[in-house]
Amino acid sequence: MSMIEIKNVSKWYGDFQVLTDCTTNVKKGEVVVVCGPSGSGKSTLIKTVNALEPFQKGEIFVDGVSVGDPKTDLPKLRARIGMVFQNFELFPHLSITENLTIAQQRVLGRNRDEAMQKGMHYLDRVGLKAHAGKFPGQLSGGQQQRVAIARALAMDPIAMLFDEPTSALDPEMVNEVLDVMVELAHEGMTMMCVTHEMGFARKVANRVIFMDRGAIVEDCEKEEFFGNIDARSERARQFLSKILQH
Amino acid sequence: MNYNWDWNIFFKSTGIGSEIYLDWFVSGLGWTIAVALVAWIIALLLGSVLGVMRTLPGKALPAIATGYVELFRNVPLLVQLFMWYFVVPDYLPEPLQTWFKQDLNPATSAYVSVVVCLALFTAARVCEQVRTGIQALPKGQSAAALAVGFSIGQTYRHVLLPQAFRIIIPPLTSEFLNIFKNSSVASLIGLMELLAQTKQTAEFSANIFEAFTLATVIYFVLNMSLMALMNLVEKKVRIPGMMGGAK
Amino acid sequence: MDFSQIIPSLPSLWDGMKLTLQLLVLAVAGGIALGTVLALARMSSNAMLSGLAKAYVNYFRSIPLLLVITWFYLAVPMILNWITGEFVAVGAFTSCLVAFVMFEAAYYCEIVRAGIQSISKGQINAAYAVGMTYSQAMRLIILPQAFRKMTPLLLQQTIILFQDTSLVYAVGLIDFLNAARARGDIMGQSHEFLIFAGAVYFVISFGASSLVKRLQKRLAV
Ligand SMILES: Nc1ncnc2c1ncn2[C@@H]1O[C@H](COP(=O)(O)OP(=O)(O)O)[C@@H](O)[C@H]1O
Ligand SMILES: [Mg+2]
Repeated sequence: MSMIEIKNVSKWYGDFQVLTDCTTNVKKGEVVVVCGPSGSGKSTLIKTVNALEPFQKGEIFVDGVSVGDPKTDLPKLRARIGMVFQNFELFPHLSITENLTIAQQRVLGRNRDEAMQKGMHYLDRVGLKAHAGKFPGQLSGGQQQRVAIARALAMDPIAMLFDEPTSALDPEMVNEVLDVMVELAHEGMTMMCVTHEMGFARKVANRVIFMDRGAIVEDCEKEEFFGNIDARSERARQFLSKILQH
Repeated sequence: MNYNWDWNIFFKSTGIGSEIYLDWFVSGLGWTIAVALVAWIIALLLGSVLGVMRTLPGKALPAIATGYVELFRNVPLLVQLFMWYFVVPDYLPEPLQTWFKQDLNPATSAYVSVVVCLALFTAARVCEQVRTGIQALPKGQSAAALAVGFSIGQTYRHVLLPQAFRIIIPPLTSEFLNIFKNSSVASLIGLMELLAQTKQTAEFSANIFEAFTLATVIYFVLNMSLMALMNLVEKKVRIPGMMGGAK
Repeated sequence: MDFSQIIPSLPSLWDGMKLTLQLLVLAVAGGIALGTVLALARMSSNAMLSGLAKAYVNYFRSIPLLLVITWFYLAVPMILNWITGEFVAVGAFTSCLVAFVMFEAAYYCEIVRAGIQSISKGQINAAYAVGMTYSQAMRLIILPQAFRKMTPLLLQQTIILFQDTSLVYAVGLIDFLNAARARGDIMGQSHEFLIFAGAVYFVISFGASSLVKRLQKRLAV
């Protein structure tokens, strides 16, 4: 069963086409990694899934609900999809506890106790229970990103979107975030991850998508993607050789 | 020419009832504060709404707010005051017009005019500060708020505005001080606020320098106290680790 | 609404506008000159000098312009009388000009100071290195660069000053606003004349700020 279905999506900024006829889908429990050079449209594509970016052509369904349909209740749809951003985007004026509970209370209508319990459960899972009373600015980047993941999980999402969750982090903090993501994947969370962490892709991805200039150039099983490099497109091979050097 | 310095003038009788000159200054200061505070509250509310409007998607709402700002920023305050005091009342619908022109005593109608004038004038400035504050936030903040399922209204209420207001406390403070200073135009339509009382004291007593010295001291102290108050507010709402707040 | 008397009144309104512009030009020139001196004093290493300049600026920034205008109108003739020992007739125009120059200088001072501080310290060192004196370094190297940078802010402050000149109404000077008020009363069209005056102020201020914004964009590139 498809959890996220992207069908022939195209998007323009004025005359400039950012997405060209993108089609793919993510099944329930599947982990799909999206990679590609900077500016190729990865963030734009992943943001169309929860309607943070509108698109002009094509269709997207999340758990059967059409994202592009003007009648769709977008806040309700977004509340069911967790998203993790490159720059964490915790709410800096709210404590960690409030960051974890505010949307549960205001969007899902949970009561305080229930929201607290959920929030603390996930904060504990990412190993940061001791920091509940602090503010985001008092945590390291890696810690903030783990809180951001907990914030998304506390909403009981049916799928998670990650947009380069580790690329703003100092190298020594990358693993603490990736570990949480790996664990999540093993638990069967449906995930769509924009990332250049090929180690992560090798470990948990089911499929890998390669984008270039707004188009999906490769979309294949992980084993095929990494196992048969010679069968990949010229651009994908260039890209891989560049990032695998590091 | 000889000038009779007399710093005791403030404790001398004005010759009107049992009032001493100091009473005039106290009552003037009272009017100044009453004008400025009420106008400020309205300006803050209206300015915030306009500031939010300027950052909304779409064309119509931002254009309305921009038009408002340009109109109220490019006409001198005194012209605006004359409009509210002399012109607008003549075009009010009937029950309101009689109320304003006949039922209100002159001091109250001057008060209403100057409060409306300063509130709308200052709202344009507050609007620009609020807009600047919202636009200074990382774009990802509204994306993150929408992503957790907030509506546009919730995004502004819980995420954007609390941060924007913290950023703009310093420029808002200076607008807050300005509204006290600007309230002195009320003296030109006969409201007996601080400047009008100062002028009256100078004319009655001929002790010009003493009267204006006291007035400047009062404005100066008022300024300092308000600034101290706003510093306190800023400290109180400061978030650890956010924008220079200690970790 | 009947605007029919505006056109025949244009000559007398123009007389008012001439006074407004005269006052503006002189006040801007004097304000920037005094403001620059104050800025240099504020940044001086002489603690007393910088303290005095700072007190001056804080003082004028915490009181209303209208108070300064009213006070100077009453006080300037007296002070001149004390100084010169004889009675000098000082018109409202002169006392207003003095008030505007002294008041605006406090605001121009802050703009000039920020402008000077935005020029890198290396520039003054380079000027000293080629043997310039402090005054040469300021006049030839620092101030020309600083003024170029702060032109938009100085112009914005000048637009504010243009609007504030209408406050001379308080001392009965016949500037543009007061001319419109007086003329409107005579013609029995006081509302229309006031609206017309507002529109003229709007067009000039709005036009000027749009130009400043464009200039700012060009300087930013
Ligand atoms: N608001 C916008 N207006 C115009 N172009 C944009 C906008 N946002 C992104 N783009 C362009 O769209 C392209 C894809 O951007 P993005 O999806 O962020 O790429 P990636 O995440 O793969 O680095 C880039 O060329 C970028 O410059
Ligand atoms: Mg990106």
